[in-house]
Amino acid sequence: MNPFQYVRATKARAAIDARAADANAQFIAGGTNLLDLMKRGVMTPQRLIDINRLPFDRIERQGTGLRIGALALNSTTAEDRQVLERAPLLAQALNAGASAQLRNMATVGGNMLQRTRCPYFYDTALPCNKREPGSGCGALEGINRMHALFGFSDKCIAVHPSDMSVALAALDATVLVSGPKGERRLAFGDLHRLPGDTPERDTNLEPGELITAVEVPDSAFTRHVHYLKVRERASYAFALVSVAAALSLDGTTIKDARLALGGVAHKPWRLLDAEKSLIGKPATEAAFQEAARVAMQGAKAFKHNQYKLKLAPNAIVQALKNAASAA
Amino acid sequence: MENEKPQPAPDCPGHNEARRTFLKQSSLLTALALAPGAVVRAAAAELDEKVAAAFEQVPLKLDVNGVKHKLSVEPRTTLLDLLREQLHLTGTKKGCDYGQCGACTVHVDGKRVNSCLTLAVMQDGRKITTIEGLANGDKLHPMQEAFIKHDGFQCGYCTPGQIMSAVACIREGHANSEGEIKEYMSGNICRCGAYPNIVAAIQEVRSGGQKV
Ligand SMILES: Cc1cc2nc3c(=O)[nH]c(=O)nc-3n(C[C@H](O)[C@H](O)[C@H](O)COP(=O)(O)OP(=O)(O)OC[C@H]3O[C@@H](n4cnc5c(N)ncnc54)[C@H](O)[C@@H]3O)c2cc1C
Ligand code: FES
Ligand code: FES
Repeated sequence: MNPFQYVRATKARAAIDARAADANAQFIAGGTNLLDLMKRGVMTPQRLIDINRLPFDRIERQGTGLRIGALALNSTTAEDRQVLERAPLLAQALNAGASAQLRNMATVGGNMLQRTRCPYFYDTALPCNKREPGSGCGALEGINRMHALFGFSDKCIAVHPSDMSVALAALDATVLVSGPKGERRLAFGDLHRLPGDTPERDTNLEPGELITAVEVPDSAFTRHVHYLKVRERASYAFALVSVAAALSLDGTTIKDARLALGGVAHKPWRLLDAEKSLIGKPATEAAFQEAARVAMQGAKAFKHNQYKLKLAPNAIVQALKNAASAA
Repeated sequence: MENEKPQPAPDCPGHNEARRTFLKQSSLLTALALAPGAVVRAAAAELDEKVAAAFEQVPLKLDVNGVKHKLSVEPRTTLLDLLREQLHLTGTKKGCDYGQCGACTVHVDGKRVNSCLTLAVMQDGRKITTIEGLANGDKLHPMQEAFIKHDGFQCGYCTPGQIMSAVACIREGHANSEGEIKEYMSGNICRCGAYPNIVAAIQEVRSGGQKV
């Protein structure tokens, strides 16, 4: 690990100012992603600003939703009574990620901002535009099994690895941010960005901006929900493809639906057209198949991730079936 | 050389890891030789309790297995390296050093964590329990007894992490069925494949009703 200066913030304002003033500084929360990347030389911050003592770990009811502090642990959030009652999809997605130990360290803010697991990003001996702008994308013509089907560019085909974020995208969450210019709210869909010509930027946050909380609005999606994660072993592995599915049913008729895919794009991939195709239909396999067909329009695979073109729609159908039959 | 290029996946440590680590360490030694004496700067108003310049030693208070320590660490030191190399508590193992195996599992304020992926300085003031702190004097912890009884290990390398994780698994209330135990123990890899015996040991302690 490169040497660095360590500072511990006791006030959010001080953390923000310190980060804004120094392009080589990083916030550290759980550290489970940042320290991993620092040990490999992928990230080499000169200064770490420890934000763990800031008062952002509460989970509380706020207006017509839940407000989850950015420093709430993944494990605490997944087992929180209110989260289980009002946003069970989020709890399922959190529990599908990493291991019990890592969830005890990982924070909600850090989880959204974890970086891609693309092997070219991880290996400093290989080209990667995200790690080193201008060096080229090794995955484009290389080993691209884990890579994107949607929204990629010729500069980067990496995918976002977070499970939690797929559920937050489906649930229309809002990210609360505090920065050098004050506070702002970002729709969850606007937090992450597509790679375009600047894949080194994962998100639309400005330097120095600190995530303080995420708000999950109350919704009808409290029962017929399912987070389906397809991976290479039963647990403790990143998704090849994942699906966050939520239905609101009136008898057997679909009143409202939410769908998002993980493991297929540079950001959680919300499927608005597929959702629309479900509304008003009976909750049958035929309707789910149609939604999956709509969802996959525009998908494009590379040499080694062709399998995802079949896996993703099958996973969508299965997730919707599980959601519909959830007790 | 060609076939050693793209590493399979970032969650499996690569073959050439050791070589690259060596290269990195040697360039680090060069950097060390060139670094001017550590600059100590006063804490900016309200920013920090502590400011630690690179290479500087930072004071740190920890309670490890009931013993209070006043230590001094470099900011880069992980909790795992502190335990093993400064406190000589070598029961906690380093398997992967990247959060992928669970061999380094310890309890921090009662919660199981991977000690390889946290900095010691981040744990200032916390209570740490390692495998050395589980027994009561000469009397083994019920989970240690159960691992012996059920042959919950072969080479034993993963065992301290498995036992720390297993104790937490029961305390958390995640040991109610074989399936649940497997899911909540998935963060501990055993290359010898002692899994069925580990699950049996946990089930016995869970149903034995002893306080863990
Ligand atoms: C072996 C392994 C397996 C894993 N498997 C999965 C998996 O299956 N699914 C999954 O989703 N994840 C998985 N993860 C990733 C894990 O979920 C993330 O590492 C974790 O959520 C990151 O949270 P953290 O608090 O530790 O972040 P940190 O490492 O502390 O920070 C990550 C980044 O976010 C920034 N940051 C943190 N908090 C804030 C904030 N409040 N405001 C602004 N910036 C901030 C930091 O500066 C840093 O750049 C795995 C990790 C490992 C090591
Ligand atoms: S040493 Fe493998 S998880 Fe820490
Ligand atoms: S007993 Fe050998 S690794 Fe588990």
